[in-house]
Amino acid sequence: MNYVLGNKKAIAVFLAPALLVYLAVMVIPVVWSFVYGFYQGNPILGFEFTGFDNFTKLFTDDTTRTATVFTLQYAAVITIGQIILGYSFALLYVFVLRKSSTFVRTMVFFPVVLPTVAVSLLFARMFQVAPQVGPVNALLGLFGIAPIDWFDSGAHAFVVIVVMDLWRTMGFYAVLLYAGLIEVPEEIIESARLDGASGFRLVRHIVLPLSLPVLLSSIIFSLNSAFKVFDSILALNNGGPGTATTPLNLYMFQTSFIYSDYGYGSTLAMLITVLCLSVTLLIFRSSRRDLTKA
Amino acid sequence: MSRSNRSRTLAALTAVCAVPMLVAACSGGSSGGASGGSTGGAPAAVDKAKEFSVLLTTENSQTPAMFKSLAAGACKAENDALPLKIDQTPSANMQQKIQLLAGQNALPVMFAAGTSLIAPGGDLDKAGQVLNIKDALTQLGVYDQVTPSAAGVVDKLYSGGFPTVPLQSNIEGLFYNKKILADHGIPVPTTVAELTAAADKLKAAGVTPFTASGKTGWTISRWIGALLFRSLGPNAMSDIKAGKAKLTDPQYVAAAQQLQDMGKAGYFSNGVTNIDYDTEFSQMLNGQAAMMYMGSWFLAQVNDPKLNKVGDAIAFAKFPGVNGGKGTIEETPANVGSPNAMSKPLFGPKVGAWLTCIVKNYGSASLKEQGSFSGLKVNTPVPNLPPLTTQVQDVITGTKTSVLWFEALFNQKATTDASNNAAPLLTGNMSAQDYMAKLQADLDSK
Repeated sequence: MNYVLGNKKAIAVFLAPALLVYLAVMVIPVVWSFVYGFYQGNPILGFEFTGFDNFTKLFTDDTTRTATVFTLQYAAVITIGQIILGYSFALLYVFVLRKSSTFVRTMVFFPVVLPTVAVSLLFARMFQVAPQVGPVNALLGLFGIAPIDWFDSGAHAFVVIVVMDLWRTMGFYAVLLYAGLIEVPEEIIESARLDGASGFRLVRHIVLPLSLPVLLSSIIFSLNSAFKVFDSILALNNGGPGTATTPLNLYMFQTSFIYSDYGYGSTLAMLITVLCLSVTLLIFRSSRRDLTKA
Repeated sequence: MSRSNRSRTLAALTAVCAVPMLVAACSGGSSGGASGGSTGGAPAAVDKAKEFSVLLTTENSQTPAMFKSLAAGACKAENDALPLKIDQTPSANMQQKIQLLAGQNALPVMFAAGTSLIAPGGDLDKAGQVLNIKDALTQLGVYDQVTPSAAGVVDKLYSGGFPTVPLQSNIEGLFYNKKILADHGIPVPTTVAELTAAADKLKAAGVTPFTASGKTGWTISRWIGALLFRSLGPNAMSDIKAGKAKLTDPQYVAAAQQLQDMGKAGYFSNGVTNIDYDTEFSQMLNGQAAMMYMGSWFLAQVNDPKLNKVGDAIAFAKFPGVNGGKGTIEETPANVGSPNAMSKPLFGPKVGAWLTCIVKNYGSASLKEQGSFSGLKVNTPVPNLPPLTTQVQDVITGTKTSVLWFEALFNQKATTDASNNAAPLLTGNMSAQDYMAKLQADLDSK
């Protein structure tokens, strides 16, 4: 066994098939897409080399600007919400519910397995004001508040999108962070308690630092998913009204497949990739500094 | 990493980058556009098609039903020779599907596609994928089956080209509930001023004056076109296409502003952003709204007793005129329905036989079975038509000047933006100036 696994040629033979598939399915299409950024065209008519025109357009296109701003706002709000809610639930499971947390964990996780489109259609009905008033507006009516058209402006629609996506995904982060929290050694928590730490101080000074690796992984995972949001918004309101809630991913889809501009669509895809990569590297760098200090 | 390893890695990376560059540069369209243009409609000697494949939008329930009816009846022999096969895709995905199929040279015999794709100079036309229907029908000796009004609309829409089979022939105007108007003592409006006065009176009485669908934005943006044709004349939109005017000119922005003023005055259904196409129809057919701007395809629902709860209360009026405007009430917005293009490479004797059967029988069949009008002649008279259908038919027959619709000559991006931003314009969340500026920017872009 050691002879086989210590032999570089043997390792190459074992890895080659998977590596080939990875190259063909992941690496080559990514590079291909990057190359398309220097062209303009579509599958019907073919492609024409246009140099850096598409990249220049990134800075002059108003819709790209609004989509980027919306994507960043959405990512910030959703990530903060997912981490805070997920961590709060994880603390609840570990410190309050303990062994009886299974049922609550399952219930909170349940929306994660629901199809995204089904959840979007559900929330569209819940927040609607016409043709019938939805449950949310009916509830507001009980408190004497007039029905709100939640989809008539970007600001209102943003609230619906955030509530919907947080409800759908917080269970996942709760379970992920719970898995990190149960790794915190019980003896350390006991000795901290004996030293007088409890409640918020226990969490801030003991639990949080020890669960930092899983927390940072969750933040990276959450940010990357948020930057690539697509189907939930498409099914809810198609990025409307107008392009007020159109994220970069949806705009890329529309540019390529509806406006038949594959070149610029590929450029937008590169922009999303650069965003995800930059944020990931930033977090990795800052996390390395923290570990050094600890 | 040693120098030789580094250079080997660099060489591998360069190869990975170079291959896609070469492929992207060399990748062309299906037939490379070499046989571009849609001239020539003579069928090939042998059919390449194995079936009469048709690709339509999921929302189109009428055409598939009619084709199946023809396949079982008047066109049975043609169907036996070349079986009918219908595929449907949601309209939101159609553009993507068409591009994919065209890139693989796998377009079906008949397919729905955006106007801008199949128009002369459009991508599909340049790639040689679109059959010139007029030439094909002339070769088959059946071009006389196309009604003159439909031919006129197609000619105007496609600048002399003929890339669509005019299965439908529609006019647009104001459908209204005559009982609601009569109950409130409101005469049928013949001017826009009378229309807004009527809306005011209805709103004060707690009745929804107009219904539209925010989710299907063209039901709102068509109002802008109607107002423009009445105020600026029948060339209002063709002047935009020709570059003689811009949507940002004051007289064009004024029409969008007028629509927004009507929206802000509360003349449209509450929560219009949330309303979908079917709900808009049901609001009319349930007596929940007084008026609706719509095309004559609405008759299929009006004539369906399962959907129509107000019976013969639904009536049709031409869109009102504007006092002092260059257009008149007699200029009727008309269209030939969604485009139904045909594949030039797949056109053969059996496909020609199917097309001949369709153009000879579709007009009568659609009028008899669905009460809707076709751009193809009605060869078998249909007796006992509902009164509203007869009235609309008379308007179609009597139309001397037809005008197109707001987005008729737009490219795909402008069409999409006109629809997606119509609800924000109506509710005041987007200014009229910004709306028109956005569309003009789309028209000006490559």
